[in-house]
Amino acid sequence: MEEGFSRRGLELRLAPPGDQEHSLACSKTSTNFTKHTFQEKDHDPSLLSLGNSYSTITTHSACSGSKRGLDKSWLNESQTQTHKFLYYDQQKDLDLLPGMKKESSQSKGLVSELHKTEKQQAFSPDASAVKNTAGPNTSHKRTVPAPVVGWPPIRSFRKNIASNTSTKLKVEPKQEIVAPPHKSANEKQVESCCKGLFVKINMDGVPIGRKVDLKAYDSYEKLSCSVDELFRGLLAAQRDPSDENIQNQEGDTLITGLLDGRGEYTLVYEDNEGDRMLVGDVPWHMFVSTVKRLRVLKSSDVSSLFARGNKQSKNSTDAALIQ
Amino acid sequence: MAYSFPEEVLEYVFSFINSDKDRNAVSLVCKSWYEIERWCRRRIFIGNCYAVTPGIMVRRFPEIRSVEIKGKPHFADFNLVPEGWGGYVYPWVVAMSRAYPWLEEIRLKRMVVSDECLELISKSFKNFKVLVMSSCEGFSTDGLASIVANCRNLKELDLRESEVEDLSGHWLSHFPDTCTSLVSLNIACLASEVSFSALERLVSRCPNLKSLQLNRAVPLEKLPNLLRGAPQLVELGTGAYSAELRPELLSNLFDAFTVCKELKGLSGFWDVVPAYLPAIYPVCNGLTSLNLSYATIQSPDISKLISQCQNLERLWVLDYIEDSGLDILATCCKNLEELRVFPSDPYGVEQNVALTEQGLVSVSEGCPKLQSVLYFCRRMSNAALVTIARNRPNLIRFRLCIIEARATDYLTLEPLDAGFGAIVENCRELRRLSLSGLLTDRVFEYIGKHAKKLEMLSIAFAGDGDLGLHHVLSGCESLRKLEIRDSPFGDKALLANAAKLETMRSLWMSSCSVSYGACKLLGQRLPRLNVEVIDERGTPESRPESCPIEKLYIYRTVAGPRFDTPGFIWTMDEEGNTPLGIA
Repeated sequence: MEEGFSRRGLELRLAPPGDQEHSLACSKTSTNFTKHTFQEKDHDPSLLSLGNSYSTITTHSACSGSKRGLDKSWLNESQTQTHKFLYYDQQKDLDLLPGMKKESSQSKGLVSELHKTEKQQAFSPDASAVKNTAGPNTSHKRTVPAPVVGWPPIRSFRKNIASNTSTKLKVEPKQEIVAPPHKSANEKQVESCCKGLFVKINMDGVPIGRKVDLKAYDSYEKLSCSVDELFRGLLAAQRDPSDENIQNQEGDTLITGLLDGRGEYTLVYEDNEGDRMLVGDVPWHMFVSTVKRLRVLKSSDVSSLFARGNKQSKNSTDAALIQ
Repeated sequence: MAYSFPEEVLEYVFSFINSDKDRNAVSLVCKSWYEIERWCRRRIFIGNCYAVTPGIMVRRFPEIRSVEIKGKPHFADFNLVPEGWGGYVYPWVVAMSRAYPWLEEIRLKRMVVSDECLELISKSFKNFKVLVMSSCEGFSTDGLASIVANCRNLKELDLRESEVEDLSGHWLSHFPDTCTSLVSLNIACLASEVSFSALERLVSRCPNLKSLQLNRAVPLEKLPNLLRGAPQLVELGTGAYSAELRPELLSNLFDAFTVCKELKGLSGFWDVVPAYLPAIYPVCNGLTSLNLSYATIQSPDISKLISQCQNLERLWVLDYIEDSGLDILATCCKNLEELRVFPSDPYGVEQNVALTEQGLVSVSEGCPKLQSVLYFCRRMSNAALVTIARNRPNLIRFRLCIIEARATDYLTLEPLDAGFGAIVENCRELRRLSLSGLLTDRVFEYIGKHAKKLEMLSIAFAGDGDLGLHHVLSGCESLRKLEIRDSPFGDKALLANAAKLETMRSLWMSSCSVSYGACKLLGQRLPRLNVEVIDERGTPESRPESCPIEKLYIYRTVAGPRFDTPGFIWTMDEEGNTPLGIA
């Protein structure tokens, strides 16, 4: 999803424990800083550095990207820490700007004082140019950051939109929408009015297929959820034909594990070369550009495919899969 | 001296002058113009309820018919202003009840309104017509009952996003059967069910009803009848937009919308079931304003709807619209002036929707009239901001919130200084700007240099030090409101630019580096400012003067220090003494 990240690749990070949030926040700029002011050292941000170096190297899990809120706990910590982190190339900013007016309580001296104290300012979260003295070599997993008051800046009545429930209504309780709101599987597929990428999708045990617009998704996860939505009701109807309940889908079993082999069903596709492939191996955009149709197969039929990258076994079971 | 026009003529001329700025200018021409103007001013706007006292207002303007007052600082919307801060409207209502028996309109924003207050309003002003309470709090539905029961000529009751203690929906039934004057009713923020039959009767007997915004408790089944009772509606806020899938309801709804030929604005759409969206197709082409910011529908459904609203000028939507939907918006809605995209999952760590900077770039390319933007997203680049700035130099409001604090340019990993710099450099008419992402003092240098028309600036987690604040205070000539949180700005910039503060409405700083000592100095130096230190840790006197305070609110005033401060607020004294406030 975060293409920028896959391009930059993995980076390892030096930091003392508990510091990783701040470092994460600074790491990118520190990396940048190294480019600007330490050219002579020819820093490669992906290299591990020891000693009094300025490079910070960061571990990012490729699939989750760099999402981080602001963990306030380090705000107090870093006030007392000895090692601090490079934040931005201060040097360029400290030139006296021309044309600064002289006010009665202000002199050029005061302005240059502003510059001086910039460097010394101990304000923690955005400390000015400060050194990153080496700490112990640890890399940390990202933790979920603690929420910051009033950030992001939205009104309280907008806070729970994605999981909205009408708790105060005196009418019948409505469905609780927890995830992105895919509604009942009854809804007809809505065509986008401009071009979409519609591919057929068939499911084992369901005689009638559907079509999905792959342009409406940007990740495998979303596709998987959508497939669940599309077929859940139909599958349930297949199992119990007498159940014509079109209203409440909550009782149906979710179709899960489509991508990781753990569910009852697995999602596979046919690509532009006519080959059957397991969904999920390649980056999303590559998948979208090569997929021609989708199938939801019983996992028991494709169990030999679950060793990832095991293409040769795919070929041998292909014959068995073709229906 | 005796060569002026007769007063009546001047008064007549002045009656065509309605903008506050112009009226204020008129009153400064000479004493006689001041006198004439003050007697014929009918409408007054008070941007900060503590900048002036009710007594001063009443003394200068004896014939006011319409009052608008604002209370708490903007950051109160995000829970940064502690409970009990102030903003009580009661003293104003008391003063006006004595001085303005013919008052017709009261508009309040972020103020505390009590039921007693509402009752006083309802009984003091015989010709009372308009009550708008935007983001207010402190009252209950009992207060509303007094208003609707006693104000015989009520035209507008608008509760916009206020926090109301919702005791029951019974208040609506207090509208007398003889009430036919209603033009606008907005109860969207209320939770309780009101009597549907009372509502239907009210709606159908008010022929001038132009704006009706229901609350979520009004079920979709009730909507067709309501619409048939008010086919002249210009603005409609639906209730819950969901029901079991019944073809007859769909066609009933569709037919009802067909009758509403004047409809220009739609909102509401809680709990949307997409299958019912086609019911609004009859009005789509006429819509200029569409608020889908509660509608949890996906991009294809949103896109389908938007593509039929070719005359849309204003769209509020959730980020479910995604880049693909924004592309369609850019293609179809060439009259778009305002776009607001709200986050569906603001606290999620992962991105849950395919909405990126690209969506905003597309809209900036495709919509030549776009002037007002509020955009929440999870990544941004300088390149995108530069593109947006070049595409849309006519931007007036640009509020960008990258959800992750201090996020860098996701492509180059640099701060977003250059991008925002391009915005202020290209958009010469920019009046409002909210920043986010990783920003150094450099962005403030650009802002101070280019943003000459900027009136309101919001800063969060930005800057390196005092120099940044100095750039803003010394460079932004039109600055009226500045609000800053969690940024390393301290004493020096404030003290160096103290005089600037008197030219602004207000300055808010929280979690910055302003010391108590500096606040005392400011209070001493500038008697026409109220320098209010907000600190929930107890009196700042108990800590060293160099210790940073939690929050600071500075505003210009002719009213002197206020006397309704709660225990955690200290107003800096002119003499530099121990500050006023409850110790």
